[in-house]
Amino acid sequence: MAVYLVRRLMQALLVVLAMSMIVFVGVYAIGDPVEILISPDADQLERERAIRALGLDLPLWQQYLVFLTNALQGDLGRSFVFNEPALKLILQRMPATLELAFGAMFLSILIGLPLGLYAGLRPNSPASKTIMAGSILGFSLPTFWVGLMLIMVFAVQLGWLPSTGRGETCSVLGFIGLQPCNAGLQWSWLTGDGLAHMVMPAVNLALFKISLVIRLTRAGVRETMLMDYVKFARAKGLSASRVTFVHVFKNILIPVVTVVGLELGSTIAFSVVTESVFAWPGMGKLIIDSINVLDRPVIVAYLMIIVLMFITINLVVDLTYSLLDPRVRLESKGT
Amino acid sequence: MAAPTLEVRNLRTHFFTRAGVVKAVDDVSFTVERGKVLGLVGESGSGKTVTGFSIIGLVDPPGRIVGGQILFQGRDLATATEAEMRGLRGNRIAMIFQDPMMTLNPVLRIDTQMIETVLAHKKVSHEEARQRARDTLGMVGIPSPDERLKSYPHQFSGGMRQRVAIAIALLHEPDLIVADEPTTALDVTIQGQILAEVQKLAQTTGTSLIWITHDLSVVAGLADDIAVMYAGRVVEHGAVSDVLDRPLHPYTAGLIGSVPSRNKRGEPLRQIPGMTPSLLSLPPGCAFRSRCPRAAEACLAEPEIRETLPGRQVRCFRPMTEAAEQAA
Repeated sequence: MAVYLVRRLMQALLVVLAMSMIVFVGVYAIGDPVEILISPDADQLERERAIRALGLDLPLWQQYLVFLTNALQGDLGRSFVFNEPALKLILQRMPATLELAFGAMFLSILIGLPLGLYAGLRPNSPASKTIMAGSILGFSLPTFWVGLMLIMVFAVQLGWLPSTGRGETCSVLGFIGLQPCNAGLQWSWLTGDGLAHMVMPAVNLALFKISLVIRLTRAGVRETMLMDYVKFARAKGLSASRVTFVHVFKNILIPVVTVVGLELGSTIAFSVVTESVFAWPGMGKLIIDSINVLDRPVIVAYLMIIVLMFITINLVVDLTYSLLDPRVRLESKGT
Repeated sequence: MAAPTLEVRNLRTHFFTRAGVVKAVDDVSFTVERGKVLGLVGESGSGKTVTGFSIIGLVDPPGRIVGGQILFQGRDLATATEAEMRGLRGNRIAMIFQDPMMTLNPVLRIDTQMIETVLAHKKVSHEEARQRARDTLGMVGIPSPDERLKSYPHQFSGGMRQRVAIAIALLHEPDLIVADEPTTALDVTIQGQILAEVQKLAQTTGTSLIWITHDLSVVAGLADDIAVMYAGRVVEHGAVSDVLDRPLHPYTAGLIGSVPSRNKRGEPLRQIPGMTPSLLSLPPGCAFRSRCPRAAEACLAEPEIRETLPGRQVRCFRPMTEAAEQAA
């Protein structure tokens, strides 16, 4: 187990290094931030001073080395626009995105698993067919359109839910009463107002994932129900619920965990659309703004953090496998 | 004599598919006495497995039992409720499946799978259930059962897994075990061991067995009676020595002739010509007619099963022996 973890971490380091190089070269190729950042009225002297201050006068490989040296010391560069450490900018917005992504994931499992289970156990009932038809809608309706519709119905016409922003926030320690609410990382789900603000974006983000979980679960149930071991479990005289919730359920969890894990990563990384529609001040909005003004350090830092997150999630998914499936042995070679 | 453990009378199990009705089991009758072994023999698709599932009440839609009786100790299982069947399954009637690699749930430990079976039918403590599981594993010849209980199925060989499956079947000392080709997927040596143990268990506990197989050599050594199935019907039924030594039905004779060891060296292997007919479109008359060397005009009519000698039944107009022909 320890050997396995060390090997995985070494691989992760290599991935991060390779990724940093690709990202750096890629961002360099997009365009020159000087044109956007420096006022067109500035004279030659001012321009050169600014370029030197931003470190843009060095050749690319030197810029990369400087970046790498700083990165190893935990400094991913300063934002050209905000003149603040890029890492700090991103981490400030991370709780907003994280709680949205986890909220959506939670909803998709809470709603998707039971519906998928039902549709798999009674594939021919009208309710199952309705569920499956609904899941196709969930797949195919564009996120931004659903978001706008949600706002129109629940915020504008019914006036039940707020349409923009995070609402009131609080830190975890503040929530328990150890410090004032406004110190530390801010979370919306800890306050009633924040939760009300979270509902619509989370549902919007979850819709696709609910459909995904429904279809995965249903396919898994349909496949597992035909297995000899399910028939054998029934031949042992077990109750139907024991067969379903122990024998079938444990087997379908493996594909569901895989996909939900990967989806979690991409939700955190790419919830841009939903964040824009609901003006949710998360990382997605920050990265879009940064790309628009070619704020290189923020883009690079963001992508590095996303890479690290994917690596972590993949590792957690793999570790979960070994809990779910005894045939998976982590000590064995490779990933 | 005490009532038989199981009496199947005119059982019909049909599958209602889009392509039509598949009469997988069509008018099957046999009796299994207490402590006896019935060999249910036939090719793939002859309905022997469906017969087994009908007895234990696990025929899945689109299939269902459409007629006949399954009298288990006097109770008709064909009309029993699901709750009644659940109480019997794994308790009074157990089943062993063909492929031991597939019958145990890969993600559950052996002890989980055994203890849940004990607890499904007996109100005992978890510890007592574990005790019972361990004793039964020991009984089927699994060394150090205490450790093995904590293993997962993939840590066992095929033969060991089948022993575990047999142990699960034996947990409640059932009155009847339906064994669906349980040794087909195993090495010959393992097969021999398991056969010997099952035979011993049946004799000592008085458990009746239905041994479903296509392997006549297994039946010869194990069974007391034999029922030969073809296209959903029993074509011949009798004591194992009688049937194997003096087969009446040409199909039985063909099966016996196909056992390779009976051929002389260098001779081409004997086989029954043709294929099992599709159960969707059985021709009228005797289903074996098109493959039968003795087929005649009479075979265009449907043969009924009839008793030629006491304890000896055959479904054929032109059975194989002179004696039978005279009796007919």
